[in-house]
Amino acid sequence: MRDPVIDKIQNHPKYQELRSKRSGFGWLLTVLMLVVYYGYVALMAFDKAFLAQPIGPGVTSLGIPLGFGVIVFTIVITGIYVNRANGEYDALTAEILKDATK
Amino acid sequence: MKKFSTLLISLLALTACGAALAAGPDLGATTKQATNWTAIAMFAGFVAVTLWITKWAAARTKSAASFYNAGGGITGFQNGLAIAGDYMSAASFLGISAMVMGSGYDGLIYSIGFLVGWPVITFLMAERLRNLGKFTFADVAGYRFQAGPIRTFAASGTLIVVAFYLIAQMVGAGQLIKLLFGLDYGYAVAIVGVLMMVYVLFGGMTATTWVQIIKAVMLLFGVTFMAFMVMKQYGFSPEALFADAVHVKTVGFEAAKAAAIAAATAASDAASSPEAAASAASALAAANKLDPAKQGLSIMGPGGFLKDPISAISFGMALMFGTAGLPHILMRFFTVPDAKEARKSVLWATTWIGYFYVLIFIIGFGAITLVTTNPDMAAALKGGGANMAAVLVVKTVGGDVFFGFISAVAFATILAVVAGLTLSGASAVSHDLYATVFKGNKADSASELRVSRITTVALGIIAVVLGIAFEKQNVAFMVALAFAIAASANFPVLFLSVLWKDCTTKGAVIGGFLGLISSVGLTIVSPAVWEATLGYPKGSAWFQYSSPALFSMTIGFVGVWLFSILDNSENAKSERAAFDAQRVRSETGYGASTSSGH
Repeated sequence: MRDPVIDKIQNHPKYQELRSKRSGFGWLLTVLMLVVYYGYVALMAFDKAFLAQPIGPGVTSLGIPLGFGVIVFTIVITGIYVNRANGEYDALTAEILKDATK
Repeated sequence: MKKFSTLLISLLALTACGAALAAGPDLGATTKQATNWTAIAMFAGFVAVTLWITKWAAARTKSAASFYNAGGGITGFQNGLAIAGDYMSAASFLGISAMVMGSGYDGLIYSIGFLVGWPVITFLMAERLRNLGKFTFADVAGYRFQAGPIRTFAASGTLIVVAFYLIAQMVGAGQLIKLLFGLDYGYAVAIVGVLMMVYVLFGGMTATTWVQIIKAVMLLFGVTFMAFMVMKQYGFSPEALFADAVHVKTVGFEAAKAAAIAAATAASDAASSPEAAASAASALAAANKLDPAKQGLSIMGPGGFLKDPISAISFGMALMFGTAGLPHILMRFFTVPDAKEARKSVLWATTWIGYFYVLIFIIGFGAITLVTTNPDMAAALKGGGANMAAVLVVKTVGGDVFFGFISAVAFATILAVVAGLTLSGASAVSHDLYATVFKGNKADSASELRVSRITTVALGIIAVVLGIAFEKQNVAFMVALAFAIAASANFPVLFLSVLWKDCTTKGAVIGGFLGLISSVGLTIVSPAVWEATLGYPKGSAWFQYSSPALFSMTIGFVGVWLFSILDNSENAKSERAAFDAQRVRSETGYGASTSSGH
């Protein structure tokens, strides 16, 4: 016994739109995060001196802003996704559910 | 909590001796301190407040559902704090600040590894977890699979992860409390065990969550204060702080160089044979080559943390994907009302955790400049080990009262995490094994609740007994192992069952067990267990990398994939046919469980 609403949702054009938009965006951001993090790890694995070089006349190294940058990037990229998902995607989902269950 | 410190201590040992991971000093090396009454009084205050909350929560914990997921009534912001609380453990607090104090920049690299898993969980898993799940991660992984085998696997994965994690926590609790409160090891372990049982037994998930939230707020307040006071000493200039730290380290290395030269010179004077003279001469040459200025500056760049690229990647994978397979983290996705709040919780959690790690870095540098230069503090550091770094910073900048406060927070932290672990273990037994496998989903709420309470008591007793039994053991590998198992067994099953249509029960169960066995097996033949715990000679360990995750996670994923595509049974066909409906629910929330159980 299959719930007919499931088929209604599946055949809804907006469901396809939601899926392609959201999963495309989700995977894009995932790849970005992996590139940033493993790029940072690769710098450490292959060119430690690059991160250790001072950025000014003092002792503060390039690794400090880069490391903090990775932390900030992590938070910002999560925020961007959550903002879009809780706004645009949830609105689309609500529309689909309204159509399918009426 | 202890999870980070055990990892850290092992990493510190790695940088220090350049040899075996986790072979280093455990917290077991600590000596008992004078009884700290301020800390005990503050901790008693925390216990009083949390017991009052437990009483309030107990009135709301009437059904199995409210026991497991707090009735789904936690907001995204609250849940974000609770998740962050699970992460901001006593050991990440004490351990990472100790690591920064010891080797500077490496501490930052290490903490970033723990943070970067969160966005990936948010993008790919958070919403699906909430929409498919109800109480345990087996609800998600087993959504379209045969209940018996998949729940048995999920419960095994949960209990094994929880067991290793709990032992590490209990041993850490005992050592830490000995250190901070001046209480005996046995008492400390018993206090943690009893309080944790009370929270979980009477207050269920509601109390467990609120204890974690209160602790997270206290800890965030504490570290904010500490970092502020450290920065204030340097006119809020990071460069001034870093420069002073480099200076302190350089002075230390100059002294070490002078000592090495003196020792080599003395050895050369006393040398009675040509060989001894030659070795003294080469030691002298080596000592003369030391460059204290360069060594001092090394804290500003990456050091020996990532030994070889394979260890680096493997360890990073365990941290990144292990988080998405830890049962006590996953269950927090079921306490919020819907997917929207689930997403908000991860955003808040990521924000607080990131903020916390930035402050810990500052506090670690504060420990270099304020603690290691102060003779009294340096003596306390010797007595208590590097893990005392952060609490000694607070003693320097905040006095005895704040020192007591931070010590109490450290204890509260352990308590909050063990409560969460116990609850997730109890849920696996009562919901996955008892109600679903043995009773075929026909258990009534009251008997299910009774089973979860009996399991809670059993887990509490086991945790205390193991905590005492393992007092003198090196348990440093256990948390790393818990992360590796979570990444290699739980995560591939969860990920593929949710995202891959052709995944079947057989594939998930066989692949999951392969991931589990390989992660445990590779850990046993790694230096941390083979040499440091089982006592075989150095270098005899068969597996030399810091973490098995790169290999065992691959085995897990390939196992699930291979045994799924080989599975052509009738069951497999119906499971694949059920994927569409699962996907619709996971993506739209249609049919998702709402605040259930009332």
